Amino acid sequence: MKAQDIFQEIYTALSANKARSGLTVLGIVIGIGSVIAMVSIGQGASGQIQSSIESLGSNLLIVSPGFSQQGSGFVSQGRGSAQTLINDDVDTLRQVAGIAYISPERQGRYQIISPVGNNTNSTVIGVSPEYAEVRNVLVENGSFITESNMRSVGRVAVLGSTVATDLFGDQDPIGKTIRINKLNFKVVGALQSKGGTGFFNSDDTVFMPLITMQKILAGGDYLSSIAISVETKDLMPEVQQEATLVLADKHNVDPQSPDFSIVSQADIVGAATQVTDTFTILLAAIAGISLIVGGIGIMNMMLTTVTERTREIGLRKSIGAKKKDISIQFLAEAVTLTFLGGAMGIILGWIISILVTQFAGIATQISVQAIILAFGVSATIGIVFGYYPARRAASLNPIEALRYE
Amino acid sequence: MIECKNIAKIYKSGEIETHALKSASFKINHGEFVAIMGPSGSGKSTLMHIIGCLDTPTNGQYLFDNKDVSKLSDDELADIRMQKIGFVFQTFNLLPRTTVLRNVMLPLVYAGISKEERKNIAKEALRDSAFPENFWNHYSNQLSGGMAQRVAIARALVNNPTLVLADEPTGNLDTKTGEVVLDTFQRLHQEQGRTIVLITHEQYVAEHAERIIHIRDGNIVEDGKVKNRRVINNHNHNVK
Repeated sequence: MKAQDIFQEIYTALSANKARSGLTVLGIVIGIGSVIAMVSIGQGASGQIQSSIESLGSNLLIVSPGFSQQGSGFVSQGRGSAQTLINDDVDTLRQVAGIAYISPERQGRYQIISPVGNNTNSTVIGVSPEYAEVRNVLVENGSFITESNMRSVGRVAVLGSTVATDLFGDQDPIGKTIRINKLNFKVVGALQSKGGTGFFNSDDTVFMPLITMQKILAGGDYLSSIAISVETKDLMPEVQQEATLVLADKHNVDPQSPDFSIVSQADIVGAATQVTDTFTILLAAIAGISLIVGGIGIMNMMLTTVTERTREIGLRKSIGAKKKDISIQFLAEAVTLTFLGGAMGIILGWIISILVTQFAGIATQISVQAIILAFGVSATIGIVFGYYPARRAASLNPIEALRYE
Repeated sequence: MIECKNIAKIYKSGEIETHALKSASFKINHGEFVAIMGPSGSGKSTLMHIIGCLDTPTNGQYLFDNKDVSKLSDDELADIRMQKIGFVFQTFNLLPRTTVLRNVMLPLVYAGISKEERKNIAKEALRDSAFPENFWNHYSNQLSGGMAQRVAIARALVNNPTLVLADEPTGNLDTKTGEVVLDTFQRLHQEQGRTIVLITHEQYVAEHAERIIHIRDGNIVEDGKVKNRRVINNHNHNVK
């Protein structure tokens, strides 16, 4: 039997029972469509989380005071209440080779009042000029904290975009004076919006020179954290290890259980990716169930078809069809159904993911792998669930099949 | 051309053995028109399955074109059916929702003949079985019984078989259309020299053949020429 004849047979058979074929295909369409849509949502979420973590800064190591178990994930900056990191530690860390920038930070939360009378409670971070390099901060207006601000213990502030809007609305904040904790600060710059990262919103932040923060606002020379930007990605593990040794030595503590912790950005990305991967697998598994149900639908239809067409199979055998001819015909019928369903399912899944992005605002990502996988799965389902009915058809005894009522 | 030597067929269902055929021996030569006749349960269907290579005997030898086919596999039997045997069934067994022409071409599909050639052979077979040309593209389920049986005859002729095997071909037809079908067989036998084996339980139908093999309880009880052979020979095919 030639391929062309098989197609003709399939067309005749499937179009003879349009409603039944259509409903069976629908099962596969929904199965494949939901797998594609769910995987695209999962991968979209994972992509979004990764890119927002990377926007925090590249090749970042964060030294936090207090103890944190490595690998258990991200330590909240709120643990900066521990006072084991001080300004001298920054100079110690500068000895480590492979460090591009070091940014000591001191963080607090204060009430901020604008001259217009607007009031906001926001995070205030004392930083050095290097902060801009380490954390990928871009200035929209004016300038960031400068070396001369540091030397003069200047009472200046740089506003994150959210704070600037909260305090000044549409007005230009540059040159205005704001009151933080009842002290006057002059606004010298405003930053571009970076968007939230899930852990910490850098737009809802006010920056001032570290020394001003420590001497005037918060008191004491403690640091909430030290952010280190490493020259290249490959150097990160080495720098992390070296920094731990140097700092433990300075603090006179055992490097195995130091009174600080160094978390690398890779760890955070890794932990977040693990979460979204699990999430993606979960979604795909739920969608996969409907795919299996669709496959069983195919098998059900094919078994019904074989029973209905028993006499036809008997006739075909009596005029010379071999087992192989019969089984190929029925198998091809099942595979055609799943292929049709697979192709339509991919389109449906694509449309769903576009709609999800449009209306729910969730990022989605259709990957070529997901499409190839879906097509492979639908073909496999056709073969697996079509095999048994096809074999049953092929092994029918022609005499009994011809007599079948 | 075909020869049965002491053919026996035993069906086993659990402990019970049914001897459908006990010991049947006969020979059918090329160009003969033979009727195999017997009441239901006589073993004539079993014999027809064996002659038609749909089944193999439990004992004995069956020679088809001097070749022993009693020990062949399913696929080898399928090959013989495809090349050498044309079946006509009581219930026509046409594919529904399929045109007359495609129904007739079906055996050629399995024989792997090209599409163009198939059409030509099928058209010739339809002419041979006196099927009116203006119905060639009708669906088979729109045809009357007599018309459907002539499509089935055309389908049986299409692979130019050595043997045409008709199993109660008039069983589902009234006398008049039955006669048209029997006339078609007589004409094919007379004009084209086809070997035809007709299985029936009716004396009247059997008398259209040249020779009758009577079978009863799995044994051949009588085998001889028809004395008063019924020849229709009006060749009027306008009956529907």
